[in-house]
Amino acid sequence: MVEQNLLLLLVLTPFISAALAATLPVQSRNAETWLAGLTMALALVILAVLAPAVTGGGKVIRHVEWASTIGLDLTFRIDGFAWLFMVLVAGIGMLVLVYARYYMAPEDPVPRLYAFLLCFAGSMAGLILSGNIIMLVVFWELTSLVSFLLIGYWHHRQDARDGARMALIVTASGGLCLMLAMILLGQIVGSYDLDEVLAAGERITSHRLYPIALILFLLGAFTKSAQFPFHFWLPNAMAAPTPVSSYLHSATMVKAGVFLLLRFHPALGGTDEWFQLVTGAGLITLLIGAFVALFKHDLKGLLAYSTISHLGLITALAGIGTPLAIMAAVFHIVNHAVFKASLFMAAGIIDHETGTRDMRRLSGLARAMPVTATLAIIASGAMAGVPLLNGFLSKEMFFEATYVWNNGSPIDNAAPYVAVLAAALGAAYSLRFIVTVFFGPPARDLPHEPHEPPALMRLPVFVLVAACLCVGIAPHALLGGWLENAGIALLGDDLPEFSLKIWHGVNPALVMSVIAMILGIAIYLVPRRWIDRGEEGLGLLSLVAFGPAFEAMLQFLTQRLPRSLLRIANAPGLQAQMRVMVLIGMAAAFLSLQPLEWNISPPPIGARELVFVLLWLIGGTCAIGAAWQAKYHRFAALILTGGAGLVTCTTFVWLSAPDLAVTQLLVEIATTALLLLGLRWLPKRDEEIAADETPRARFRRLRDLLIAVTCGGGMTAIALAVLLTRPGNSVGDWFLRHSYVEGGGTNVVNVILVDFRAFDTFGEIAVLAIVGLTVYALLRRFRPAPESVSRPRPQREAEEQALEAYLFIPAILMQWLFAPIIALSAYLFFRGHDLPGGGFAAGVTFAIGLLLQYVASNVRWIEARLTILPVRWMGVGLIISASVGTGSWIFGAPFLTTHYRYLDLPLIGKVPASTAMLFDLGVFAAVVGAIVLVLIAIAHQSLRIAPRARNTEPEETL
Amino acid sequence: MELVLALAIGVLTGSGVWLLMRPRSYQLIIGLCLLAYGVNLFIFSMGRLYVGAAPIMPKGGFVDPTAYADPLPQALVLTAIVISFATTALFLVVMIAARGTSGTDHVDGKEREQ
Repeated sequence: MVEQNLLLLLVLTPFISAALAATLPVQSRNAETWLAGLTMALALVILAVLAPAVTGGGKVIRHVEWASTIGLDLTFRIDGFAWLFMVLVAGIGMLVLVYARYYMAPEDPVPRLYAFLLCFAGSMAGLILSGNIIMLVVFWELTSLVSFLLIGYWHHRQDARDGARMALIVTASGGLCLMLAMILLGQIVGSYDLDEVLAAGERITSHRLYPIALILFLLGAFTKSAQFPFHFWLPNAMAAPTPVSSYLHSATMVKAGVFLLLRFHPALGGTDEWFQLVTGAGLITLLIGAFVALFKHDLKGLLAYSTISHLGLITALAGIGTPLAIMAAVFHIVNHAVFKASLFMAAGIIDHETGTRDMRRLSGLARAMPVTATLAIIASGAMAGVPLLNGFLSKEMFFEATYVWNNGSPIDNAAPYVAVLAAALGAAYSLRFIVTVFFGPPARDLPHEPHEPPALMRLPVFVLVAACLCVGIAPHALLGGWLENAGIALLGDDLPEFSLKIWHGVNPALVMSVIAMILGIAIYLVPRRWIDRGEEGLGLLSLVAFGPAFEAMLQFLTQRLPRSLLRIANAPGLQAQMRVMVLIGMAAAFLSLQPLEWNISPPPIGARELVFVLLWLIGGTCAIGAAWQAKYHRFAALILTGGAGLVTCTTFVWLSAPDLAVTQLLVEIATTALLLLGLRWLPKRDEEIAADETPRARFRRLRDLLIAVTCGGGMTAIALAVLLTRPGNSVGDWFLRHSYVEGGGTNVVNVILVDFRAFDTFGEIAVLAIVGLTVYALLRRFRPAPESVSRPRPQREAEEQALEAYLFIPAILMQWLFAPIIALSAYLFFRGHDLPGGGFAAGVTFAIGLLLQYVASNVRWIEARLTILPVRWMGVGLIISASVGTGSWIFGAPFLTTHYRYLDLPLIGKVPASTAMLFDLGVFAAVVGAIVLVLIAIAHQSLRIAPRARNTEPEETL
Repeated sequence: MELVLALAIGVLTGSGVWLLMRPRSYQLIIGLCLLAYGVNLFIFSMGRLYVGAAPIMPKGGFVDPTAYADPLPQALVLTAIVISFATTALFLVVMIAARGTSGTDHVDGKEREQ
């Protein structure tokens, strides 16, 4: 069980550390490095503890039940292959984090970088350790998202933003394809469990949906691993800080794609389609990447295309799919991660110490920075596949795989030649990198005088290069066991005999190697000056640089297409749009109601209902009056609306909905106060503007009137039809029966809100809080209309003395009312569970009490005596509600389960006590906070413009 | 009672819809308020309507649910009331801000071109 929990820890700790890292101060580079480095070290320790468990085909699985009914469980599993990959992620991660400490400039906000890097490590761990294929896709997309943030770290730079966006669009779209593929696989196999999917290889490959699933799957893997034709995002991602590139493009991000190919090889591989598509794409990418890399002048550009090329190599091996090829792929994943990470770091050091990455300007750096030069030369040797270095060994295995296996297809026949040519190109660009940058005359006119970096910045490079050397010299002793475990995890127990040795005797692979080396030196030496001076690539290159085409497509999809669609579909102005919306709504209602039978006889109106009729005579008049007057007589319209609201409220009382009536009444007051405050900033409409009486305007109004009348008539008809149908059983009956038994309250409406449907209520108070904050944010930047800046006319015309005392008596009354209102609010709150009332009503009451104080006295007077922190009220409210909800987890119950009992309190007697009441308390606080925040934000506007108003007043009196 | 309530819903909705299609933002806000009343009453009327039978239960024992008003539409409308208050507040502030920046209270941010 300890091991299972350690597995969980392996995924969770990076995320927790990321949250911590994000909260550290901006300048705390050392603390960040320690935190992040220790997180990675912890991961390595955990992996060391887990090592015995994954040896010889063992695996550790941690299963957390989640939504088992639809096959979604949180399953984490580790086997030899995942273990090896995790060692790379954590090990190289640790080195990158140390390196980043020295690479980042003092003005760069490091907490963001470290938080993102840790998040990335966590997502990567989740992806590798997922035992459920849907969860795997979730982590997959998470790596895409975090890599977007990392690539766009220097978001003030256009190229960083563009590169990040491109990477996100390409990899995340690939992720969506992968999602579809996984769903298809799940449907075919009948389970989303990784082990079951891997075991069902034959069923999958013989299924008729196999080709579709395979193509979708490969789209996901190829976009992530930058395989042709999706390779174009990777070079653009070089706008990221070098530590990020070093991490993403050596051990993690792009390796996720090949990880997936190898992982799912047992389930999807072994068919002809798999071979043609995967090997084909791999070989093309291998060749193109190596070819373009040779012509790159930018150090990171060269490394980027080299990365593409090496990923192509691994993909090709996965496509070949023989046990030996799979072993070679795993081995090369490790080797490439090690030497490419060190090379990126070396490129970063050169950039950091000289100020440029342009190989046309760099020269002779071996004199200025001998240690770095030595390290970079060894790493390049590994990249080129020089003997005694790790790259040589896996390259040999690759040659062997291309040479040995033979199914006679054109791709298979071409493979050895492509492999040799690409290896030659690889040797050529590695040689070019070494010769151009480190040898030759010392460079002049560099932005900085080159010198060695701090020793600790060099340390990660040193560690990685040492690994290259050690693995290259003693491969079996160092990696043999690990590779065997990974191999068993991927291939099962029938692991082929593979020997990690430097010297196998003279065999075809060695001959191919020698040919590639000689050819590579020739390729570099012969056209050397031409490459160095030439453009970044040839005409051919523009054919494979899909970046511009991608941008053009993006431009078309997000700009031109929507605009032309808008030209067709746009209605001019909001009014027309509203009209279309209303008409569509009416049409939908009409169409869906047409098939129903309407045989309704008009009901009789009894004498008892005369009052109700009179009531709605008033209500209807108010509504129509408000509609009539809203244009010029805003105040009148507001009062009339209030009238309609009161009649609505009375209707609720009449028809047995006391809770609604209470809430409606209180909200009515708050709304009216709100609109009254708002009216201050809406100057009176100028009645001198003549109403538009042209025939067109008359026609417009008539048409709208017709629509409105039809709409109202339709609503009447539907409502009447429903009202006259005898109600059958309602869902509400269940609530009525169970409210007391299960919710412990007699007021069913309140019990529904705070218990049965508490999650809805929680969402609702969150909405309320969001609205409060939005209003507050909007009004912080608010500039009122110029004509409403000065004081309103009645105030200007009144005498100064009368103005001072004009609210004297009401103000005193309102101050006295403060305490009773709060008592009323408490009363409404406490009776809520059993009688009409509750958190909403109490909250609005409390807010009105506060509002009255604002109305009664001036803002400064009241705020000197009463401290109200609406944002805290909202925050506390949300926290209370959420923690009451999560509290039920402790007792093993689902979110927001309530517990209740009656408490016998001295003096007061029996009172209902329920966790639902605590939840209601949260609702109360959130409602108070939101309403007060909105009202105060509007009330404060008059304070903020006061100085300006004084300036303008004298001018007006002149 | 049914007819009156249905007519009331119709009148409120009609007035609201009429105002929704008007050019001044203040008309829109009043329209939304009226529409909210109409829609709330409409949702409310979807349940059983009784006079004097509020959904307040006795404590314990068997209850006959058909003797009480339907609590579910009431709970829905209670939520709707609070949410419509929030939208009104938000809309009001947007309206004020738009009035300040555009200098007009036309819903399109500019006066109609004649």
